[in-house]
Amino acid sequence: MLHPITTVHYLVLSVALLAIGTLGVLTRRNIVIILMSIELILNAVNINLIAFSRHFQHTTGQIFAIFVITVAVAEAAVGLGILIALFRNRQTVQADEIELLKW
Amino acid sequence: MWLDTLLFYFFALLTLTGGVLTVTRRNAVQSAVSLITALVGVAGLFLLQRAEFLFAVQIVLYVGGIMVLFLFVIMLVNLDEAARQRQFARQWWLALACVAAVVAEVVWFLQKGAGALRLPPAAPPPVPGPGNTETLADVLFSEYLLPFELASLLLLVAIVGSVIMAKKRI
Repeated sequence: MLHPITTVHYLVLSVALLAIGTLGVLTRRNIVIILMSIELILNAVNINLIAFSRHFQHTTGQIFAIFVITVAVAEAAVGLGILIALFRNRQTVQADEIELLKW
Repeated sequence: MWLDTLLFYFFALLTLTGGVLTVTRRNAVQSAVSLITALVGVAGLFLLQRAEFLFAVQIVLYVGGIMVLFLFVIMLVNLDEAARQRQFARQWWLALACVAAVVAEVVWFLQKGAGALRLPPAAPPPVPGPGNTETLADVLFSEYLLPFELASLLLLVAIVGSVIMAKKRI
């Protein structure tokens, strides 16, 4: 009755999570939530990597996922540091109110 | 076998619900808690894929590390004002259209037919040998030693950068 789960199931899930994360990055105004959406995108990538690692019984996908997580940690730390500096100077966390470089 | 299927759908539902709530909630703390749900769902999917080490890393690092960092910043930055304002940017319809186009493209590609996505047949399960963590460590510390060291350098730069960014006067 229930179909066995194949690699394609994981790929479809990964696409859905990627779409949700991209929508969050593109539409939200709050920078904190934009950073959270970036984490969602990176998790979608990790699901993909793990699915292929399992499919081919090859460890490299998991190694790559570890590096993706490392980059995500660095990104979150620096991004939140920038956010604090920004809030101290501009008193806002809305992405479209920071328009110094806009012409 | 059916337990695997059931667990996959459970964790997939957890992940997608958490993701949608993260993107749509007005309150940033609620968003963060939804994101924790999504990350736990992804951790469960890792466990289903027999990636035990990454499951542990996901729980300890993401849920225990990054999300605590997010919650701290949410408390440090005053978000009450932001929660009262408009939540979505004006060009949301354009973003929605672009994302829908990309998703339709990929789904069409996956659905086009049995031959569209030419995945070679899954490799046979390995003979019982060293565990997942041991295998990962073997590969990481031999074949990927240089990227591993570069990752530590990246983390060092990130530490220094975030401290400098968050400090009032350098």
